[in-house]
Amino acid sequence: MTRRALKAVKNGQPLALAELAPLSVADFRDAILAAVHEGDRLACLCADGQLRLFAVLADDAGKTLRVACTQLDQPRYPALTPACPQAHLFERELAEQYGIVPEGHPWLKPVRYHRPWTGGESQPLPLPGVMDFYRVEGDEVHEVAVGPVHAGVIEPGHFRFQCHGETVFHLEIALGYQHRGVEQALEGGPHPLSLKQAETAAGDTSIAHVWAYCRNLEGLAGVPVSARADRVRGVALELERAANHVGDLGALSGDVGFLPTASFCGRLRGDWLNLSAEVCGSRLGRNWLRPGGLQHDVDHALAQRLLPRLEKAWAETQDALELLWGAASAMIRFEVAGHLTPVQAREIGLVGVPARACGISLDVRHDHPFGPYRDHAVVPVLAESGNVHSRAWVRWRELSESHRYLASALTDLGHKPCEPRPGPLPGLAADSLCVSLVEGWRGEVLHLALTDAEGRFARYKIVDPSFHNWFGLALALRGEQISDFPLCNKSFNLSYCGHDL
Amino acid sequence: MMHILLSRWRQGHRTLPYPKELPSLPARFQGLPRIEAAKCPEACRLCAEACPVAAIGFGPGGPSLDLGRCVFCPACVEACPEGAIAFTGDHRLATTSREALVTTGADRYARAEALGAELKRVLGRSLKLRVVSAGGCNGCEVDVNVLGTLAWDLGRFGIQYVASPRHADGLLVTGPVTRNMELALRKTYDAVPGPKIVIAVGACAIQGGPYCHREEQLGGVGSVLPVDLYIPGCPPHPLTILDGLLRLLGKLNEPR
Repeated sequence: MTRRALKAVKNGQPLALAELAPLSVADFRDAILAAVHEGDRLACLCADGQLRLFAVLADDAGKTLRVACTQLDQPRYPALTPACPQAHLFERELAEQYGIVPEGHPWLKPVRYHRPWTGGESQPLPLPGVMDFYRVEGDEVHEVAVGPVHAGVIEPGHFRFQCHGETVFHLEIALGYQHRGVEQALEGGPHPLSLKQAETAAGDTSIAHVWAYCRNLEGLAGVPVSARADRVRGVALELERAANHVGDLGALSGDVGFLPTASFCGRLRGDWLNLSAEVCGSRLGRNWLRPGGLQHDVDHALAQRLLPRLEKAWAETQDALELLWGAASAMIRFEVAGHLTPVQAREIGLVGVPARACGISLDVRHDHPFGPYRDHAVVPVLAESGNVHSRAWVRWRELSESHRYLASALTDLGHKPCEPRPGPLPGLAADSLCVSLVEGWRGEVLHLALTDAEGRFARYKIVDPSFHNWFGLALALRGEQISDFPLCNKSFNLSYCGHDL
Repeated sequence: MMHILLSRWRQGHRTLPYPKELPSLPARFQGLPRIEAAKCPEACRLCAEACPVAAIGFGPGGPSLDLGRCVFCPACVEACPEGAIAFTGDHRLATTSREALVTTGADRYARAEALGAELKRVLGRSLKLRVVSAGGCNGCEVDVNVLGTLAWDLGRFGIQYVASPRHADGLLVTGPVTRNMELALRKTYDAVPGPKIVIAVGACAIQGGPYCHREEQLGGVGSVLPVDLYIPGCPPHPLTILDGLLRLLGKLNEPR
């Protein structure tokens, strides 16, 4: 078995299920393991209600996506995780959702603490955070438990540190507190609320999620999106990226006590968000995109208003961040904390900023280009050290790329006429599969839609980049001091609700 | 050090002059809806049918919009053939009762009232809030958080977010209250010394928002705790949140 046995697809291109012949379970496993061995990344592994397993493998260097499917005849199969660690959370998830047992999984714990979707109303509700935590034994070893309610305006999660003195041996992260049933809510859809639910799957990544959702609908309905609409969507995505990167760099400065940049960036983040609000009325880009195109276009007058504000925000952002890079006391703290190696990053399937900070070239805009990025080349921004400094540096360089896109797109959009809002989409292709990837500000946002015979969603799978990356934070903390947790955590700045769905 | 001072000089003093001056809101900002029942065609229910969260009801006076349910999508505005519903730029949306969030547009919107004399005496000059996200999407959370930045500088109003519920005078809750957060929310509330208040921020925290039909959540903070202030929006603009907090403390002295 090699990865050639898998079906190659393009980002956002629908595939009739009839063309995706199910492999035997053994071939399915072998093909995935062979592909991962050849350098592919397991972008998604999920089940549906009919004991089918679907896998999406991303060959980022080869710019190819491949999908595979198998039909189980009983709710168990030999786990992939022992040979392929990046499958570990996916397999825990499908065990929790569908009661499918990946046999031999070394770490089969709950992910989101809910009853199985396949029934089980008689079972008691699982209690969040109650599980068999990994523990280190020894006279001087102690355990620190934090959360779900944290000391700050952040989302809930439970963190268990195994410590020896100040040194953290291991961190285990238990999430699921934000679980509100997004994937199941989308089943049977698209419903009138589906767009809003896609927008709020991770509410600070609204544009990336809603774009991935729209592209699935557009792919399955066979509706092309105009170049102009794609351009504007790119503006929305890059503004979202810029605002969040600025906020993160400010928060990182705050976590090492470097207040000038922290204060400036706290305000500047708002200036970037307000650019989005100028277009769609919402600072977080809500109600901007809609299936088939846009809810709000950017006309000449608006582009002319936005451009000087963009340049001012960018100039002030550079000013604020140059202070940070020039502060040796801040740099030394960034350089010694939260180290990950490229080998670790590959093994656990890290994506987005933390992966690029380890020197791994991976960016959906470059590897599996969609929308405007088919014409506007984006070069993945890489750093080498895999520490907090590298993750901050990647964000900084990406800001410059985002600004470049925004300045050119806004200038260009202003010169051409707006388009009318798209009407409702026709029905979706029946019995089909569509995988859509978007590079959000944290990393790869993946939406997988599976339709039934009526063209409704039989299964809708969302993979937020945080789903891949939370384990990276746990690894980055090994051997660190517990006092550096806030700094390491912020350098990843992962989503709780995007993971919990 | 010189670089820092130079940047400070270049970037200037940027705390908003609110409430003396109102910051400019974007032209497409969606605030308090205006409903003109006189325009409604006979027996037309298109807006109510289009609303994905059943926020629109019909009474003898025509349509009413429940801002506690509303997720501020444009469905009703687009569905109406007569343009009878429109969102205005009025950011002042907070109320002290759940019922007041149901607006017919014809009535004056009953904005939040100040705390009673005794609570205002205790909390009016210094209000410490513990923020709890109970299933929020991080949309409301970031716009609550932003009030702490120098642009808004919440501290100048005597309001501060604190790390421990023991130090707090109340809770500010976002999210629909997932089943998985119910116990943590109750425990956090119990840990706050009395007298205490509860503030629900965002459509989720008021009635479940886009997740109102899901059984994984409880349909808002009101299902678990007594709520003293409702701040609608998906998410509410920081100005809407600040307006609500200041009204509750009786710090906005305007006639309406």
